[in-house]
Amino acid sequence: MSFIQMKKDEKEKSIGQSRVKSRRRLMQGLMFGFFRLSAAVNGIALLIIVYFLVARGWRAITWTFLTQPPMESMTKGGILPCIIGTICLSLGAILVAFPIGVASAIYLHEYARPGRVMRVIRLGINNLAGVPSIVFGLFGLAFFVVLLKFGVSILSGSLTLGAMTLPIIIGASEEAFRAVSDTYREASLGLGATKWQTIYRVVLPSALPGILTGAILGISRAAGETAPIMFTAAVFYTPSLPSSIFDEIMALPYHVYVLATAGTEIEATRHLQYGTALVLIVLVLGLNLVAILYRSRLRRRMG
Amino acid sequence: MNNILKMTTKDFDFYYGDFHALHNISLDFYSNQVTALIGPSGCGKSTLLRCLNRMNDLIPYSRVEGKVLLDGKDIYDPDVDVVSLRIRVGMVFQKPNPFPKTVFENVAYGLRVNGIRDKSQITEKVEKTLQQAALWEEVKDRLHDSALGLSGGQQQRLCIARALAVEPEILLMDEPCSALDPIATQNIEELIHALKATYTIIIVTHNMQQAARVSDITAFLYLGKLIEVGETDALFTRPNLKQTEDYITGRFG
Repeated sequence: MSFIQMKKDEKEKSIGQSRVKSRRRLMQGLMFGFFRLSAAVNGIALLIIVYFLVARGWRAITWTFLTQPPMESMTKGGILPCIIGTICLSLGAILVAFPIGVASAIYLHEYARPGRVMRVIRLGINNLAGVPSIVFGLFGLAFFVVLLKFGVSILSGSLTLGAMTLPIIIGASEEAFRAVSDTYREASLGLGATKWQTIYRVVLPSALPGILTGAILGISRAAGETAPIMFTAAVFYTPSLPSSIFDEIMALPYHVYVLATAGTEIEATRHLQYGTALVLIVLVLGLNLVAILYRSRLRRRMG
Repeated sequence: MNNILKMTTKDFDFYYGDFHALHNISLDFYSNQVTALIGPSGCGKSTLLRCLNRMNDLIPYSRVEGKVLLDGKDIYDPDVDVVSLRIRVGMVFQKPNPFPKTVFENVAYGLRVNGIRDKSQITEKVEKTLQQAALWEEVKDRLHDSALGLSGGQQQRLCIARALAVEPEILLMDEPCSALDPIATQNIEELIHALKATYTIIIVTHNMQQAARVSDITAFLYLGKLIEVGETDALFTRPNLKQTEDYITGRFG
């Protein structure tokens, strides 16, 4: 091979390499851009929603709006019964789902040994998570309202929403238990603690921040749902605030739905619809904020 | 050297599912002595240690055959209460694992779970145990700070204090210095020397010099079998078997 030929080969080789290099760099750039865009879409979507709600709803937010019941066929007045109703339903749902969910997660993660029983339970939970919310509504109607005779009430609605929230809480709690290092469990058992003492004194406190995250997600979901409560708890209109858990109530998401689809003055109440949705969003974000602050305090305390 | 037998394994076998991890181990542990278990990774030394306070009960599909006698009583008998067994046979783990609680609460934990409520009794015991673990001077002003703020060596001594607080008879140590620097290691080794007067200590270690420094008896395990056991000085200077010699001189493992 001549010297010139060798030089030429070398040159081609290096050109080939630089072509591969620039292609790889392009690919890297494209993929990174794609991922960044995907992430940005989330943020942008939220921003757009909040922007529309604020832009179209803020004029509706007045003291009267927040503290009065609806008046004149719901074209005037406020949404106080809806706010109270949604708070009652969310708290009720979490009261139902939190203890049962955490207890189930403790059983699944700390006590149950892998086997058929566990597989069946897990299958049940996963399927529960996939059931459409309207089906929960029908279930609640058939079971709590009719069969158990709780009527259309806060109780029926809370139980229905609670059942729907369960898989979220179980999933988050199990994840939180999984994140607790086994070395803590072993250390505790090694000191002569029983299994329950270990769970109660070491595992639960360490997992609590994670469990609370699940509860936050659950409560947000419950507060915003319409389908599960339309047959079980919420009514079109009720002038009185609830006095017991057997009372029917109004709720924010259902109120938006009613105003936007079934009212006599759909166009005239448009700003009220946006206002109500805005209140709902603020309520959910507020709940989240409280829970997030509480969680970070817990984390700090554990060092 | 005293020869009061504290614990003994008799024809002991351990299985993880189908895997036969320990073969026919018969080994004696004497009171107020330090016994070191050495051997290459995967030889079963930690498995053996964890069988001595039934920590391996937690592993699904595990199974034991043979006996482990503590003061002559088989700890695998069905009538044995695992919880009270673990009070008698304490454990210190490879990585320092203090609970995410205060220094004080870490040491008090064993007392609390065992039903001791009297505050002054707990306070007294915590101080005494921290002194025993040679940690008191360093932490007496930060008893109510998080234990996770201590250095690794301090955390490990805290874990030892935590184990001592329930007054075990035997202390199992699973490579207690493997995550520590040389100075912290030296502190722990000195502590082991001091604790020997009160406790029976069984220590798993990867570090041959450590076994030579801290133990009275050394047992060499390989592939789940007990190869050789003897007084530490003798085993390290004149091992009986070629395999032992190869391991302690660093030719394999």
